[in-house]
Amino acid sequence: MDYVANTTTQEQQMLRAIGVERFEELLSDIPASLRNPTLALPAGVAELELVSRAKALARQNRCAEELDSYLGAGMYEHHIPSVVDALANRGEFATAYTPYQAEASQGTLQAIYEYQTLICELTGMEVANASLYDGASSLAEAALVALRVTGRRRLLVSEAVHPEYRQVLRTYLDGNGWPVEEIPAPSGITDRAEIAQRLSHDVAAVIVQTPNFFGCVESLAELGEAAKRRGALFIVCAYPIALGVIQPPGVASADIVIGEGQSLGNPISYGGPTLGFFAAKQELVRRIPGRLAGRTVDAERACGYVLTLQAREQHIRRDKASSNVCTNEALLALRATIYLSALGPQGLRELALLNLQKSHYAHSRLRQIPQVTAAFAQPFFNEFVIQFADSVDTQRLEQRLLEQGILGGVSLGRWYPALKQAWLICVTETKTKAQIDRFIDTLAQNVQVAHG
Amino acid sequence: MNIPADLRYTKSHEWARREADQKSVVVGITEHAQEELKDVVFVELPPVGKAVKAGEAVAVVESVKAAFDIYAPVSGTIAAVNTQLERQPQLVNQDSYGQGWFFKITPSQSKEWEQLMSSGDYTKALQVST
Amino acid sequence: MAEPLIFELSSPGRRGTVWPACDVPQQPLETLLPAARRAQPPRLPEVSELDVVRHFTRLSQMNYAIDTTFVPLGSCSMKYNPKVNDRIASLPGFAQLHPYQPAETCQGALEVLYRLERGLAEVTGMADCSLQPSAGAQGELTGLKIVRAYHAAQGHPRKVVLIPDSAHGTNPASAALSGYTVREIKSGRNGLVDVAALREAMHGDVACLMLTNPNTLGLFEREILQITAILHEHDALVYLDGANMNAMLGLVKPGTMGVDIIQLNLHKTFSTPHGGGGPGAGPVAVVQKLVPFLPTPRIERQGDRYVWNDRHPQSIGRVRSFYGNAGILIRAWAYLVAHGREGLVKIGRMAVMNANYLRARLAPHVELPYGRTCMHEFVASLAALKPAGVTTLDVAKRLLDYGFYAPTIYFPLIVSEAMMIEPTESESKETLDAFADALIAIIDEARRDPELVRTSPHATAVRRLDEVQAARQLDLRWQPAPGEKASR
Repeated sequence: MDYVANTTTQEQQMLRAIGVERFEELLSDIPASLRNPTLALPAGVAELELVSRAKALARQNRCAEELDSYLGAGMYEHHIPSVVDALANRGEFATAYTPYQAEASQGTLQAIYEYQTLICELTGMEVANASLYDGASSLAEAALVALRVTGRRRLLVSEAVHPEYRQVLRTYLDGNGWPVEEIPAPSGITDRAEIAQRLSHDVAAVIVQTPNFFGCVESLAELGEAAKRRGALFIVCAYPIALGVIQPPGVASADIVIGEGQSLGNPISYGGPTLGFFAAKQELVRRIPGRLAGRTVDAERACGYVLTLQAREQHIRRDKASSNVCTNEALLALRATIYLSALGPQGLRELALLNLQKSHYAHSRLRQIPQVTAAFAQPFFNEFVIQFADSVDTQRLEQRLLEQGILGGVSLGRWYPALKQAWLICVTETKTKAQIDRFIDTLAQNVQVAHG
Repeated sequence: MNIPADLRYTKSHEWARREADQKSVVVGITEHAQEELKDVVFVELPPVGKAVKAGEAVAVVESVKAAFDIYAPVSGTIAAVNTQLERQPQLVNQDSYGQGWFFKITPSQSKEWEQLMSSGDYTKALQVST
Repeated sequence: MAEPLIFELSSPGRRGTVWPACDVPQQPLETLLPAARRAQPPRLPEVSELDVVRHFTRLSQMNYAIDTTFVPLGSCSMKYNPKVNDRIASLPGFAQLHPYQPAETCQGALEVLYRLERGLAEVTGMADCSLQPSAGAQGELTGLKIVRAYHAAQGHPRKVVLIPDSAHGTNPASAALSGYTVREIKSGRNGLVDVAALREAMHGDVACLMLTNPNTLGLFEREILQITAILHEHDALVYLDGANMNAMLGLVKPGTMGVDIIQLNLHKTFSTPHGGGGPGAGPVAVVQKLVPFLPTPRIERQGDRYVWNDRHPQSIGRVRSFYGNAGILIRAWAYLVAHGREGLVKIGRMAVMNANYLRARLAPHVELPYGRTCMHEFVASLAALKPAGVTTLDVAKRLLDYGFYAPTIYFPLIVSEAMMIEPTESESKETLDAFADALIAIIDEARRDPELVRTSPHATAVRRLDEVQAARQLDLRWQPAPGEKASR
């Protein structure tokens, strides 16, 4: 099927108006040998067939509706209030273009302005952009800002920053000769002594995450002070839901706060689309990559919104632009705006507390299982690492849990060889006590089976 | 078009004026350049003390829909910058040859001054390009 | 009527969401978080659910969008976004899938992604494809990293990227970000790449040419085979910016033109909704010799199972977290399946037909500086209105009063007072006629009553906005009235 509106009669009328006899004449600039290739694709289908096919494929996936999932590691299962879908799916938002014609895009622009405000409030920062692709590319963009602003070359990145974010950082920087040095986090948080030792006057930025990849809350204030003393930028990757109860990085002298905003009202959707947020101190406003919405007035002095500071961007500055970013994640930013508006300050705090209490309940019960130990003794938010005794076959355990309809945790061995017996487990508000109890009882039973 | 006779010019529309003490050269953009740019919204200035070469991009001027590099007309060291432009970039439009100046250079090679265009040459260059 | 900010609707104590009571034994907050607790809540709005619904519904009503009107933006391919694609992407089997689930629990999703890769490779005539990049510009970055890795593997990573002056701004920005020096190639008088100038610019340090074809004037590069041959003589690569792929769907395959790398903007050619600026997706397809350099992880087929594989030692690595914008990719897959072979050809044909028809309708009224016909878009110049004191911007704003979104303006940079128009295949002749009539009427207005055009728009939610004030007096976030407590 297709969505073409013109009838064959109209096609004939149009060809006459264009002044050609046959459509092929319009393709005369294409070398004849290249024209009208064969396409080895199946014939099209009607909507009814398409939906059945898609449903059949979707059924081959075992999703969180069917399974109890304790997977997090950067993508979090949170309840999404119904207003988010109902409003964000409106065609006026979903099928709008980038708001370059501001007068015909006030809905999108005002929502972005509200989003920028909300991100500033959450992070404790002064300015935020209209969003970037994801947490990983936001981190890479933040590092590039630090390299440009300081004119320095070295980057210190905590090993407790999401491993994929660090991989993306390396890909972005590759070829430019900027070394990325990884700081260990043996106790679950970034090694402060190591930071102090390596932090000299040629370091452009110190980059940490909180709660970090292991779920542990970092001591930002100390790290921020250390970075500041050496003139390095302090870049913090944060989990927005956690900011309902933990200190915002802005208080701990962060220069740039970035992160993944999926948890703010967006489905996990197999890892994307994602929402990179980017907030900074006022003095960095012209270095911020991507779009910014600003408030101004119209010809009658009424309040309105526009994209501003566009002269930094690629469509004007070209090879001297602050970034090559063009697309943002406006629809996800809108969802985050609706989500945070629906929650309000009290709702966000209660949500964060629910996550905190439920994960600690699960943690305290898991620790009572003989083959399980807590990997770290640090404060955490809704995610934590447990170690299984060496005798436990963790792959078999994962399989056993799956048979019981449980996705138990993210195995860390692929990123941290020392943690090959460790799982990262996330417990959000979506799990009841009964579900958590079933998870832990099932794990306790099967860890013995997998063990023996 | 106002093209003062006592200034020197570049093809990229900067003007240059030797201070009375001969120690530094003041640089700005011409009336023609500010008219083309329209409303200036931001000026990025170099750090004082920076060594620059003639023809090197050392500052940036932005309007809403455009950004242009400002090139050093002569080599030397940045001696001063017009910090007033940070708060009032519109001075570039309002008084391009006066309060809208960008930076001062302490020149290192005196012969470069002689290679800059006179007002007559610049007027002719403008006529050719428009 | 202006809509207040959501913060201005706030009333202390009002709320829009209630959570279940905590059903696990609780510990004191001070025990769980001994330090670094948030001292004061963020100043989020305190509003009811109905407040939220009315506020965002009213905001939506101030937007022009494809669902409400014709959006003829050049180089943006603002086509209809089929609703069934949204429905499919929101099936729980896709929307509630976690990226770190074992592959055996995600076979349906992996099959969709794998088949989309194969389909995009077939449509572009390339050997293979990675779906990872999040958008067109990240696709460009990925492509340039592949170019660098390819030449590095030959022992000499090169330094220069050639880009025609009519290119999209992301091209030079991506090249600079990848550590390349950009050398601009001037367009010839016919608006096409000047082959002689290209030949002259070639040397052993040129890594690639970033070409847009059809270019941003909507013209197909007639000498494309010669152009790609010149690059290949020097073992340089040809990167095609696939932003304009809609013109070629089913009509010509980039792979047969000598293109080595192409990114596809699925939010253009493959109809995924723009969302007011994103999300998008920018898959990258390459020829056989570049396959080893594609980003990891890759989806591979082992018998009748699909698996992830990140053991590709020559890969440039990851360009984003997880596996790409899967929710967008699923929509593009649905679009591809629905259309099939004939449907894709029909898109390409009707995109070209509609653009040429609109071009012919406007030809007596505007200056068309390049070409006799066009591919999927064309560029008009409204420089003739200058004596009346009316600019292209004014005309664009006046089009909003007639109920149309405005075309792309002041781009490409090589045309003065440019208006770049792309109707896409979705629009009917009736819509094109109505748009042409509106533009012709505005040109007439510009001569009779220029003030009316200069002061437009008159019928939108706000009148013309002061962008100079926005840039000089930055106001990027709401601030509470003095005296209210700061967040922290």
